[in-house]
Amino acid sequence: MLRIVNLSVEVEGKRILHNVNLYVKKGETFALFGPNGSGKSTLLNAIIGNPAYKVVGGRMIFKKVDITNLPTDERVKLGLGMSFQNPPKINGVKLIDILSHCAKLGGNEGKIIELAEKLRMKDHLHRSINVGFSGGEVKRSEILQLLLMNPDFVLLDEPDSGVDLENIAIVGSAISELLEREKKEREKGGIIITHQGHILDYVSADYGVILYKGRVACVGDPKDIIAQIRKNGYEGCVARCLKDME
Amino acid sequence: MSERYGVDTEKLKEVGIEFDPKKRSGTFLQKDQEVQTFASFYEGVEVMSIKSAMEKYDWVKDYFWKLLRRDQDEFTKEADSEDVNGYFIRAMPNAKVEIPVEACLYLHRTGKQKVHNIVIAEENSEINIITGCTSHPTAIGMHIGVSEFFVKKNAKLTFTMIHSWQNNIEVRPRSAVMVEDGATYISNYILLNPVKLVQMYPTAYVGKNARAVFSSVIVALEGCTIDSGSRAVLKESGAVAEIISRTISRGGKVYARGQIIGEAEGVKGHLECKGLILSEKGEIVAIPELIARHPNVELSHEAAIGKIAEEEIFYLMSRGLSRDQAVSAIVRGFMEIEIKGLPEVLKATIDRAIEDMKSAL
Repeated sequence: MLRIVNLSVEVEGKRILHNVNLYVKKGETFALFGPNGSGKSTLLNAIIGNPAYKVVGGRMIFKKVDITNLPTDERVKLGLGMSFQNPPKINGVKLIDILSHCAKLGGNEGKIIELAEKLRMKDHLHRSINVGFSGGEVKRSEILQLLLMNPDFVLLDEPDSGVDLENIAIVGSAISELLEREKKEREKGGIIITHQGHILDYVSADYGVILYKGRVACVGDPKDIIAQIRKNGYEGCVARCLKDME
Repeated sequence: MSERYGVDTEKLKEVGIEFDPKKRSGTFLQKDQEVQTFASFYEGVEVMSIKSAMEKYDWVKDYFWKLLRRDQDEFTKEADSEDVNGYFIRAMPNAKVEIPVEACLYLHRTGKQKVHNIVIAEENSEINIITGCTSHPTAIGMHIGVSEFFVKKNAKLTFTMIHSWQNNIEVRPRSAVMVEDGATYISNYILLNPVKLVQMYPTAYVGKNARAVFSSVIVALEGCTIDSGSRAVLKESGAVAEIISRTISRGGKVYARGQIIGEAEGVKGHLECKGLILSEKGEIVAIPELIARHPNVELSHEAAIGKIAEEEIFYLMSRGLSRDQAVSAIVRGFMEIEIKGLPEVLKATIDRAIEDMKSAL
């Protein structure tokens, strides 16, 4: 479904990703791990086409279309969707206005109120987007937008950070639904960045990947990888992966 | 083209003038120096020409030059003449008039239009006024508008002024407002169309526990100079002022001024100037000023000028909006200030201005 080939990306002239290769099949969910600054957010932003992240080498193929040079809105129309870690605050642009666009895109016009209630964002509909939202509210708003957009491939940048215990189950079940994790035959795929791995208590993933210094360092069972990271730290985990490969 | 009193009705609609007694509690139209019509459709409201008002009440003349000085500048001097006209709008004591009064000042020929308006909201009254100022496409000249507002004890006056001139008109409003104890004055100013020059600095004198709010949305097109500010003098304890401006330069020059003067115990004021500069030819100068003349005042300001953030455009594009749609949503959001009772057609005018802007980007 999504194929990343030798992808190199720069941010403000600094190389962040080096020849990253990744292949996510239909129905698969990847969990993306790595220390701060390893390039996790860069990878997701490059896939969605954030102009601040400059592709300097390689290609990205989504549903057999080379999306490397497509503007973001066209990638989104092809079926990509992303929830951001720190989305901008936009004064005067109401959450409801954005949700209406998302719902139109996903054919979910009738579901705005129902889903806003589910994500506990109904009271925020007429507020400027992200202005004065708490960390958890930002994340719930991001997931709500994605639910309405109903993308085929979902990019989630730390959907669990800042979400309190009371809401993590709500966010988790929404993401599970987005990725069709409960279904046997899945059409959807996605990549979840998670720092602590909390979200994986609610959302199952098929593979875990460690990005380390801008390179893919490990691919394996996500639960094993978390256990390794907790036991040996990222460096220990990466060293073990390299040893296994030998 | 349909006309009323020799004025294009589309032009009138653009500045909120409808001549519809169901939607308006009173109406007034002045073309050059001549008052064409005035009427009140509600018993708590008086709407008439200033000349008729002086004939009806001998006290009206006492309200002349009460808040402004005749010799303030060459324009006030010029307005202080025999042939001055204008409107007199008054809400009777305790009258609560939700439906707005409309007043239009129209510049048709070449020359100067001189206006002196008196607005009185008597004690405990509430009134909402929409003033539309506009001109004929071929008119060349100047509009000098002196306005004195008296918002008496516990009254509330909402005054929305919409300017829609042409690029050969110079506009010099001179306004002052007395906001008595417990009263509220809300001013909204909208300028979206070309004009040669607008220069104004209305002042509100705010009494005990009274409140003044000035909001303005200004778009300066190429060739326009707009020097517009609002000033609030917080004269007595508990007075509150808020000045909010949103200015967009599409090639024109804007001075966005604001001044709050705190003169008494426990007064509060906040000033917010935000500018968006969309053309390399444009210029925005934000000049917020706070003056404290008492130790226990709370005055603050924020001023910010910038272009549209790429990050915001990208974010909206990630929700499927095209670049154009994202830019218009952000500009619309930037210009969004709460204006109660804004006529539908005016919302459409704002939308049209945004569409224009989008194509210029």
